[in-house]
Amino acid sequence: MLDALTVAVSVAALALAAWCGFAAYRDQPTKDWHFIGMAVVSVLALAQLVVGIVRLAGGGEADEGTAIFLAYLIGAVCAVPAAGFLSLAERTRWGSATVAAGALVLAVLEVRLYDIWTR
Amino acid sequence: MAGRGLARGPGMLLVWLYGVMSVGAVSRSVLQIATEFDRAPLAYTLSALAAVVYVFITYTLVRGGETARKAALVCCAAELVGVLTVGTWTLVDPGAFPDATVWSDYGYGYVFIPVLLPVTGILWLRKARRPSPA
Repeated sequence: MLDALTVAVSVAALALAAWCGFAAYRDQPTKDWHFIGMAVVSVLALAQLVVGIVRLAGGGEADEGTAIFLAYLIGAVCAVPAAGFLSLAERTRWGSATVAAGALVLAVLEVRLYDIWTR
Repeated sequence: MAGRGLARGPGMLLVWLYGVMSVGAVSRSVLQIATEFDRAPLAYTLSALAAVVYVFITYTLVRGGETARKAALVCCAAELVGVLTVGTWTLVDPGAFPDATVWSDYGYGYVFIPVLLPVTGILWLRKARRPSPA
């Protein structure tokens, strides 16, 4: 896959996790700026999905299989928006903690995605 | 939210984590059982069982209410027993498991979340107990 993009998504996800984790630590709910951050991370993940599909269409092959690769790509796109949606319903520090957990899940998915593509 | 008291505060974080584990375990078992069940029937059956438990706990947390709280408590206990049993089993008799389950080695492949989740779940469910409004 595109290693630079995988690294970019991972770094952005970890930054978002730290940022929202800090908000949770300071007893604050997610705010507009956090949602902009989530949008940036989600756009990166979406770009990754597109690149992944293009690579598959271009004859590329994931080492652990196309189905697993696609499932993880889709999971990566959904992780942060889903957590952000929950944080809209939970306007306390725990909403921020949920987004932080969501971003961490995304970072883990990125590591797995790298493994799945090349081993 | 329709839930009364279970999906609020720390409960929301639990809903998220159980939701993630549900999606992960369900898609994993569907894929494995559909494509290569014969390779490791025991491991894949146990993964599917774990998936069902995760989905059910997520549902009860979101639904809320005293009955759901008790059901979730029972399932968290079952989950903990399951993780500990399967975790020990995979360490003692690796030969029985040609492929990993969600609960192999106490959830090592999932950053030990499978063994931490039921404990925090039980703590939260006990704390969330309150006289149910009539």
